[in-house]
Amino acid sequence: MSNVPSELKFLSSHEWVSVDGDVATVGVSDHAQELLGDLVFVELPEVGATVSAGDSVAVIESVKAASDTYAPVSGEIVEVNEELEDSPERINDDPYGDGWMYRVKMDDAAEVNDLLGADDYSNSIEDGE
Amino acid sequence: MGKKTPLHQSHQDASAKMVDFAGWEMPIHYGSQITEHEIVRTDAGMFDVSHMTIVDVKGKDARPYLRFLLANDIAKLQVQGKALYSCMLNENGGVVDDLIVYFMEDNFYRVIINSATRDNDIAWLNRQSANFPEMTLNERDDFAMIAVQGPNARDKVLSIFSENQRSQIEALNRFMATDIGDYFVARTGYTGEDGFEILMPEGMESNCWKQLLDAGVKPCGLGARDTLRLEAGMSLYGTDMDETTSPLISGLGWTLAISDDRDFVGKQALLDEQQRGVEQQLVGLVLKGRGVLRNHLKVITPGGDGEITSGSFSPTLGKSIALARIPAGIAGEVEVEVRNKRLKADIVKIPFVRQGKPNI
Repeated sequence: MSNVPSELKFLSSHEWVSVDGDVATVGVSDHAQELLGDLVFVELPEVGATVSAGDSVAVIESVKAASDTYAPVSGEIVEVNEELEDSPERINDDPYGDGWMYRVKMDDAAEVNDLLGADDYSNSIEDGE
Repeated sequence: MGKKTPLHQSHQDASAKMVDFAGWEMPIHYGSQITEHEIVRTDAGMFDVSHMTIVDVKGKDARPYLRFLLANDIAKLQVQGKALYSCMLNENGGVVDDLIVYFMEDNFYRVIINSATRDNDIAWLNRQSANFPEMTLNERDDFAMIAVQGPNARDKVLSIFSENQRSQIEALNRFMATDIGDYFVARTGYTGEDGFEILMPEGMESNCWKQLLDAGVKPCGLGARDTLRLEAGMSLYGTDMDETTSPLISGLGWTLAISDDRDFVGKQALLDEQQRGVEQQLVGLVLKGRGVLRNHLKVITPGGDGEITSGSFSPTLGKSIALARIPAGIAGEVEVEVRNKRLKADIVKIPFVRQGKPNI
């Protein structure tokens, strides 16, 4: 079973969100990295870019396949994890820690309430299997 | 659930992630496909390849039959135990399958073909045998098969055999095989590294697997097998060539024995194609920037469009590489359409990697 931390919010497309004030940190779930296998490239958004919830903002590529990842919330990209450029395997090794992808300064922090809780996300993974 | 090889339990014990491969439940990796790839390039890894199809061809007509069936010529096999890589073609010169044939002894050859093409191949082998009555085709479902590959494969394989057996294996040149007791040991493989493919009667495989584990050989899955063979520039049936493509446009011209008067299935079509002029070539590509080349992406060249037949990431080079079928005569730089962008790639000679080292 993959790890689904209870304090995080999720999209059914496997992105996770951690909120600190009006800044959301975004990555992909343990389940997603397991499905993809070894990651070899990550294409991150530009700092300063404006994104809307649901936009495809980053691409992660494993040996097997390329996957779009979607913005869980709307706002401005304020930081990206540049370490992933040379070490995409951080997403495999530590998806909820060193493998974070980018931070968004949210336009409306209430958007987080629309995301899945850990239990609902766990259920959505099980349904998908 | 798919068919299971006799090593299924061993895979589960090693925490394999299993996937469906041509109706077989096979390990794709045991944790990390890239780590497994690197193990084979630097040390020794093993693959369960028991799903491959083994056919023994025996009888007085075995030799003339295989000379008619195969596009390469088994008359080249003068020494007992010698192996030959060949395609078998249809009448249009398309590739029905690629295979390895071992010369076991007079009137006895062993053929190893792909598992994904099994039913079609067996039907084809039977159909082509009509004029060769003094021969039997015997499918050997009773064998398991483990491929041990890597620079240290040799030493580690030798360590599980007795001293007497060891000297026989040590004496094997590349592309040679020999019976060792109940084992059939061949110095062949599909990774570009030295190593062995070991056939054994079903029932012996779990112990052999365990002995190899104890000798420090790491289990490796089909994921690593694919990136290893791609780096080594080896073709994969069904992606790099199939029944609609001739060996001449599949980078397999070197496997054809076409210049003498031997007749074989598909020969006339190949001669016709040569006379018309071969219009395409299979080349190696290395992506210049970031990203990963994938199967079926469009390749744009000054001479017209082509297509990637096998694309992936090369762990050894840290770049994306591919085999691609493009118009003949094109060299230098091309563009590949990746996710609505055009990325530049260089045409390079294959293999991309030779004996664990970059070759480009």
